[in-house]
Amino acid sequence: MLDFSTAAPAYNLIAFIGKAVLALLLLVLCINSADFVFLKCRFHYLKLIETLWLHCLPISSGLTSSPAYELIFATICVHNRQEIMKWNGWGYSDSRFFFNKKGQAEFTGKRYRLSGLLIPGLKDWFESTFGANLQHKTPAILNSSAVLPPTLNDAFVEELKSTGIPISFEAEDRVFRGHGHCLHEIFALREGKVGRVPDMVVWPSCHNDVVKIVELACKHNVCLIPYGGGTSVSSALECPPEESRSIVSLDTSQMNQILWIDEKNLTARVEAGIVGQDLERLLNESGYCTGHEPDSMEFSSLGGWVATRASGMKKNIYGNIEDLVVHVKMVTPRGVIEKSCQGPRMSTGPDVHHFIMGSEGTLGVVTEVTMKIRPMPEYQKYGSVVFPNFEQGVACLREVAKQRCAPASIRLMDNEQFKFGHALKPQVSSIFTSFLDGLKKFYITKFKGFDPNHLCVATLLFEGNREKVLQHEKQVYDIAAKFGGLAAGEDNGQRGYMLTFVIAYLRDLGMDYYVIGESFETSVPWDRVLDICRNVKARIVQECKDKGVQFPPLSTCRVTQTYDAGACVYFYFAFNYRGLGDPVHVYEQVEHAAREEILANGGSLSHHHGVGKLRKQWMRDTVSDVGMGMIKSVKDYVDPNNIFGNRNLL
Amino acid sequence: MEDTSSHSERAELEEEPEFVDILEERRSSTDLGFALRTFSPQPYREASPCSSSDLSRAVMESQFLRYVVKEIATETGVTVKEVREDARTILEEMSQNLQLGFIRLMAYTLSKVFKRLFSNIFVNIEGLNMLQQAVQENPVILMPNHRSYMDFLAISYILFSYDIPVPVIAAGIPLLGMKIVGEILRRSGAFFIRRSIGSDKLYWAVLSEYIKTIVRKGFAPVEFYVEGLRSRTLKSLVPRLGMMHMVLEPFFKGEVFDITLVPISISYDRVLEESLLAHELLGIPKPKESTTGLLKASKVLQEDYGSMHVTFGRPLSVRRLCHNKINRCQYNLIPRDLPQKPSADIQACVSWLAHLMVRFQEGGSVISPWSLMASLLLQTPVTVLLGEGLLWHRLTEKTLWLRKLALEFGGRLKWPARARHSDVMSSAAERHRSVVRCQAGRVHLVQEDEPARKHAASREDGVSRTAAAVLMLASYRNQCMHVFVRPAILAAAIRTSRATRREELFNYFFFLQDIFSNEFIFVPGKSSQDFNEACYLLKKCGAVHITQQEVNVSDRGQEVLDFLQALLQPFINSYQVVFRYLCEDDHQVFSERQFLPSVRKLATKLILSGELDTFETLSSDMQKNVLSALRRLEIVRKTMGSEQSEYRVNKGAVRRIQDTLSGKIPPRKLQTPPDAKL
Ligand SMILES: Cc1cc2nc3c(=O)[nH]c(=O)nc-3n(C[C@H](O)[C@H](O)[C@H](O)COP(=O)(O)OP(=O)(O)OC[C@H]3O[C@@H](n4cnc5c(N)ncnc54)[C@H](O)[C@@H]3O)c2cc1C
Repeated sequence: MLDFSTAAPAYNLIAFIGKAVLALLLLVLCINSADFVFLKCRFHYLKLIETLWLHCLPISSGLTSSPAYELIFATICVHNRQEIMKWNGWGYSDSRFFFNKKGQAEFTGKRYRLSGLLIPGLKDWFESTFGANLQHKTPAILNSSAVLPPTLNDAFVEELKSTGIPISFEAEDRVFRGHGHCLHEIFALREGKVGRVPDMVVWPSCHNDVVKIVELACKHNVCLIPYGGGTSVSSALECPPEESRSIVSLDTSQMNQILWIDEKNLTARVEAGIVGQDLERLLNESGYCTGHEPDSMEFSSLGGWVATRASGMKKNIYGNIEDLVVHVKMVTPRGVIEKSCQGPRMSTGPDVHHFIMGSEGTLGVVTEVTMKIRPMPEYQKYGSVVFPNFEQGVACLREVAKQRCAPASIRLMDNEQFKFGHALKPQVSSIFTSFLDGLKKFYITKFKGFDPNHLCVATLLFEGNREKVLQHEKQVYDIAAKFGGLAAGEDNGQRGYMLTFVIAYLRDLGMDYYVIGESFETSVPWDRVLDICRNVKARIVQECKDKGVQFPPLSTCRVTQTYDAGACVYFYFAFNYRGLGDPVHVYEQVEHAAREEILANGGSLSHHHGVGKLRKQWMRDTVSDVGMGMIKSVKDYVDPNNIFGNRNLL
Repeated sequence: MEDTSSHSERAELEEEPEFVDILEERRSSTDLGFALRTFSPQPYREASPCSSSDLSRAVMESQFLRYVVKEIATETGVTVKEVREDARTILEEMSQNLQLGFIRLMAYTLSKVFKRLFSNIFVNIEGLNMLQQAVQENPVILMPNHRSYMDFLAISYILFSYDIPVPVIAAGIPLLGMKIVGEILRRSGAFFIRRSIGSDKLYWAVLSEYIKTIVRKGFAPVEFYVEGLRSRTLKSLVPRLGMMHMVLEPFFKGEVFDITLVPISISYDRVLEESLLAHELLGIPKPKESTTGLLKASKVLQEDYGSMHVTFGRPLSVRRLCHNKINRCQYNLIPRDLPQKPSADIQACVSWLAHLMVRFQEGGSVISPWSLMASLLLQTPVTVLLGEGLLWHRLTEKTLWLRKLALEFGGRLKWPARARHSDVMSSAAERHRSVVRCQAGRVHLVQEDEPARKHAASREDGVSRTAAAVLMLASYRNQCMHVFVRPAILAAAIRTSRATRREELFNYFFFLQDIFSNEFIFVPGKSSQDFNEACYLLKKCGAVHITQQEVNVSDRGQEVLDFLQALLQPFINSYQVVFRYLCEDDHQVFSERQFLPSVRKLATKLILSGELDTFETLSSDMQKNVLSALRRLEIVRKTMGSEQSEYRVNKGAVRRIQDTLSGKIPPRKLQTPPDAKL
């Protein structure tokens, strides 16, 4: 066993000083805007400092290429995350796209590889794809005073205060935790519209804190909504407007410790509030990783993953969350549920873990999880393949899945996304130049025969020991060649993955210029992949036209995961809403139609985003009446008074 | 939703500028140049070129066919290889082999033929423009009606002229029998389907996979006759659902985003085969479709056939039509390429769409003055027509009256605007001099010359010669039946039931529709819509007053009702004769083989005795329709196990229909509401 806090780090002194100064600065900021909560629970300072301390450590990395995200420091486990994160958009406040005076796109900040770079192609792509115009701006309106004063349950507050667990009634804290990242949520915030938000926020710092909070909530009949990273895209965090009780947001961010690492069994016990990037970094320091990397890993939390049945990019090696979890502890109104041992598999009736995974905060709070860990891979290699068309690309992925030789990640973008990726080429940067030139040459020489309006790209990520990776790589490229695929270089692939972390920022840029959009996903049997891609994209275009959208929408997709029996498909859809009276309503109608189309084509309601409130109208058809009854009876038993009243799923 | 019952007030067609005579240019420029023009149509944008061998390979390699082949092999004990060989043979017999060179040959030949036969071929340009657009967006199914052999390649010819991809066409196998012509047709895009497939599972499998593959690949539009056959009576036929289901399935199963259906209406002033058809209906077997037969028919090239009108209907999106009608999720739990019996909602939807398409064809067809004249001549006693004749000015007067009514009912009437009415009519009569003769201000029915015989002609021969002439008239009347049939059924309901209450009338209306739904096209489940349409039309022409509860005939309405009732009368009479035959017979069982001759015999007897004046009863088409209707109503059932097909009749039920039809008893209360779901 390894005690984490005593691990002696080696660090670069200068870097340390620089970072420490920044950390201090941040602390000061925290105190300035500090609410009385901070003053009440001083020991949290200590924890915060400790966290910052850890974050100041240089990333120890045995990787040949470092992870696609790379932050200077990350401190989103602080109470008031809104200090460093946008309250009405995606990600860090300092990181955003904008069009400079010359009309060139730039990405600000210093956190990402794209930060500080110009992206010359974006403007043209943006304008021609959406018919958007840089003259037509729709800036966000800042108006946090619209928040209604909290409805409080005084007895509950009193007793809670006596436990010393930090709480807040501040409008900003409440608004920040009253939404996820669905388009309608962000759009409303940008317009300064705030609906029902939690009445207060509470920050437990350990399992026992949660037990106390849940007990009090039951005793005083208040509604609890667990809050992890806030990256939900299913309206799961929205407060039900019909809820008349006091709503308490239970923010898990202070439960962010790795409690132990078991090197013999390769597992780690982790508190559920830890966010993905912290978990990976902390484990990396000991030479391990979980390998669970959802695109939202900078901000989403372990508890959130469990609660939504999340899926990571590298699931082919590491598995999805359900494959990674060995043991879970959840606090429910009935008490604590957990298994008595950590056996790798059990035949003990229905697996109770599966009541917990995907429960979306309706049954209780996940507090601690034992997860599988792996030694960090010795070697990582990106790659990419260009196919003459999407059909060939899908056929190749299917073959790769058939031969069960999928790399850690394999993703296939359609032609529109390929072009989009192209538009995001940054101007100058050492790591990009080679790629740029390479690509240019590539087009002229190799791809002459390919129709630029049909070709599509698969990006690949291999991991493991060097020799095996190279072998594996060859196997995959050989298969690709059978489907007309040409290897298109490592940089191309790496860029593809890196872009996944900045793409979420792009929606905010679009919203500055009348463009709204969203992505949604499904899983579908192999024989339907092509049909579903074609039909859903066409349906989106048709619905937009029918609903009076003036400009053809961007309607694109990619296959992001392969399985033995099918694949996960992501759709991206955005349009210019100039001339529409109620763009969000139009947007919702189109998304609704697209989901109906997905279901009619044999796709699932969700592969990993979950159901939340956004998709619950289809739950009954999805799981059958009896299935609904089963879920409902579990809910009725575990939480008869609907303390966990976010009203997801059912 | 597209509505079949819209009644836009239509101007007469001559005023419709969108009609263009495609022969006009053909008469002024060289046919060879036309045939060799550059042909570069814009195809469906998702399609990639597909040769006929690519297509065959795709069919042979399909999972579906493999599965069926294996199944058949297991069932019959034959090896998979042999069954596959059989499948390949079927496919080879079936396959089209569309080649541009042959399209050009066709364009050249047809230019010559069409110019000879027709004075004009009118095509609605707006429809073609819409088609041109639609062809690029989704797989397109062209659905023409079929009234003459002449229309077989007419669509391809027109599309070739307008740079639209030419279709592959479902044709009956007999055409293939015509040696060289069969091969030429094949290369012009025809694929061949056997007439009676019955329960030949392998054949069905090959055919459906073949058609579905064409639709999925979308390399060419598919053309097929939803009516299944060439209509011998010029009346729309009840649609066949097999092929319709095959073309739609790729949409149901999500293999294509959408399918576009294009109803096409072809109308002739005069049909080449008119007298052949009449004879065929009277039981004189038609000549086999042979090359020499066609060549002999070349004497028809000397005659005047007036013009041909081709109306390309508005392209219809299957996706939109089916919205909320079917549950596409039903295919989620079984691999889509396994054979699966279509569910009830799919079957209902296919049937609904097929009927709808026939209704659109009807709506788009053009009615000639002659059709109105024929309808009126048929309402004149045959004895008069054969004897002193009908006064020409009386016919003129009535025709002009009917013209007004037809326009009011929304018929697409083609009536030259600038010509004098009497000229229009006399030139129509002149064109049809094989049926009518005008002499000294009177119109007479023309009977064919008596064939030279050894012995004197019997009275029965006389009946069938008269019947041939009457059936020719009837077929032209049938061209406009769809305009009048709903109000006519209401008229019959008003007259027979003598009711005024809407509800009662609707009951009787529904009863008549039910009986006659093998005769006329009614979209299933749309009875109350049809009823409302009929009420609306009668009210519009001033024939009835309508209140919430009641429908009352106005004074001037009697003339309209007389006409409408008389229009339906031959059908009612004929059905009654068949009912009578079925009840008269001592035994409960009759054989298929004896049915037609016996009914014909009874009808002839009744005509000779003066009891029946409806010669149309002699039409085998009518007789078969009665039988189909009774089988549909499960009053007549096929008995199992007998060598030849035999039927068992429920005489009580037949009598009940007889009595209801003659107004002796009211129709039974409706069991199921007529507008359930579809
Ligand atoms: C840009 C972007 C990219 C994304 N990419 C991916 C991806 O690649 N893969 C993927 O799977 N998802 C992805 N998501 C969706 C989202 O990140 C996941 O659903 C994630 O698991 C949510 O975690 P969270 O910590 O942010 O949870 P939150 O958003 O805070 O909450 C989600 C739900 O879980 C409940 N919950 C949270 N914590 C707990 C707890 N401890 N106990 C009980 N219930 C809890 C909440 O009540 C809520 O109902 C993405 C989202 C965005 C915005």
